[in-house]
Amino acid sequence: MPETKKSAHGEVVPPISLRRRFTDHFMTGMAVLTVVLVLVPLFAIFAYLVYRGVGSLNWAFLTQTPKPVGEAGGGMANAIVGSGFILALASILGVPLGVGAGIYLAEYGRNRLGDVIRFTADVLNGVPSIVIGIVAYSIVVLYQKHFSALAGGVALAIMMIPTITRTTEEMLLLVPQALREAAYGLGIPRWRTTLSITLRTATSGVLTGIMLAFARVAGETAPLLFTAFGNQFWNLRVDQPTAALPLQIFNYAISPYDEWHRQAWAGALVLIVLIVTAVAAVRLAVRRGTFGAA
Amino acid sequence: MLLCGLAVLGTLLLIVYELLLRSGPSWHAFGFKFFAGHDWDPVNEKFGALPFVYGTLVSSFLALIIAVPLSIGVAVFTTEMCPPALRGPLSFFVELLAAIPSVVYGLWAIFVLVPLLSNYVQPFLSRTLGWTGFFTGPPFGISMLAAGLILAIMIVPIISSITREVLMVVPQHQREAALALGATRWEMIRVGVLRNARAGIMGGVILGLGRALGETMAVTMVIGNRPEIAKSLFAPGYTMASVLANEFSEATGDLNLAALIEIGLALFLVTIVVNALARLLVWTVTRGQPSRANA
Repeated sequence: MPETKKSAHGEVVPPISLRRRFTDHFMTGMAVLTVVLVLVPLFAIFAYLVYRGVGSLNWAFLTQTPKPVGEAGGGMANAIVGSGFILALASILGVPLGVGAGIYLAEYGRNRLGDVIRFTADVLNGVPSIVIGIVAYSIVVLYQKHFSALAGGVALAIMMIPTITRTTEEMLLLVPQALREAAYGLGIPRWRTTLSITLRTATSGVLTGIMLAFARVAGETAPLLFTAFGNQFWNLRVDQPTAALPLQIFNYAISPYDEWHRQAWAGALVLIVLIVTAVAAVRLAVRRGTFGAA
Repeated sequence: MLLCGLAVLGTLLLIVYELLLRSGPSWHAFGFKFFAGHDWDPVNEKFGALPFVYGTLVSSFLALIIAVPLSIGVAVFTTEMCPPALRGPLSFFVELLAAIPSVVYGLWAIFVLVPLLSNYVQPFLSRTLGWTGFFTGPPFGISMLAAGLILAIMIVPIISSITREVLMVVPQHQREAALALGATRWEMIRVGVLRNARAGIMGGVILGLGRALGETMAVTMVIGNRPEIAKSLFAPGYTMASVLANEFSEATGDLNLAALIEIGLALFLVTIVVNALARLLVWTVTRGQPSRANA
């Protein structure tokens, strides 16, 4: 790295000792090395994923349901649709609650209760997903007496709420106070101001938060293991077990069959393309959008 | 709106309530000995969780040992050394690492990392470091070591993104002061930056620990799932999260289910404490600005 030579303005500066210069270079080298060590697995994962995934991906994979063991062919169409179905359920449950809680925190939450809720949301964010699966199991599956798409949706919704809450709050706080005051000045009640002025202004930011939460739970497997459970066939009923892409990848990956391993790679590629597209779209939107400061 | 806010609070309380309620039978049957017992025998209804607790702790700390120096290195490089043009893409790639679902990490670990370990790394380690006793036994690849490695890869983005945030809020004049006293760049980083950011970095590390403790899928796929306590890192193990993943939907009888839920409860409590601690540490540094650690 350059920049080691620093000349003071005309004055004679005592040279930096060899040991200090060596330490400086050595630590710089170490930092570069860590970056390399972190990037290598990343590239290895992506390269191998694309290599195995593209080779296994075909039209049948995207349009057919799984074949019985031993038969070649088949695909994960039901799992792809099932994932979408469970995620839709999760969004219906989680998005209104998360956005509502975010609005509360930003507009009415400058007090003790607000702090408690803020802290709760952060803590909820760190609860292991498998534990959330247990809770969804005991509040939905135990009453329904069987695994269901709804239980999976509830589990994922619980995981979405904290992320959405905190980003919504952040985004609403970025809306200038003058805008709210202008609305009050026109005699608009506070709730109306919040909904049609503040929230409206922060729409793109709030959507970003929702997309982030969505991308985060889209790849979740653990909370679905004993809620949505998986299914080899089509299902679009809320109260029946449903296939999901991450579940199917897991089941195929730990199976002993080469054909299933192949399909697991294809599934992983589809999943990662969906998630990375979502994350990249969010980053692009944030950079271009009105809330570049976030 | 207040209702929605309270719902967030309610969700956490609901989790606590359900876990306590459903793990009741196991509490009554085993008491505190549950976490000291070695046996896990669903047929005879004898349950002890020690091997799982051990596996969770060992795999997580192994991951921390590997991940912490790497993450701090990456964070220091991106904030202090890196040419500005590289800064954006670099943090984007590290964030990308956080966006990969854990089941995909597991898939990669099974088919790439594990063969690599069993063919090259494990024979090498047992030849050179076998005398320590940590690296002995047959090199199957599937092992505590594999679990620790994949966990390390997964928590690097969390620790490094928090560390980066914390380093960025270190006031610029701290750096300038150190440089004005004639410090080299590394001395400036050590004295002016890292020392000021200690609490926040610690918070990031603990947050990474919380993630590692609760991580399920990738670990389940490579750790071997055998409830044993072995000194060697080449031996298979089992973690609290992976026993839940493997046995929960096939639990036989109420006591088995209750025992599993009690493991879940323990996992929950530990991660709550760990996360609360981490948040407080990060908050003291960044002054309540919400941190973006949603991995």
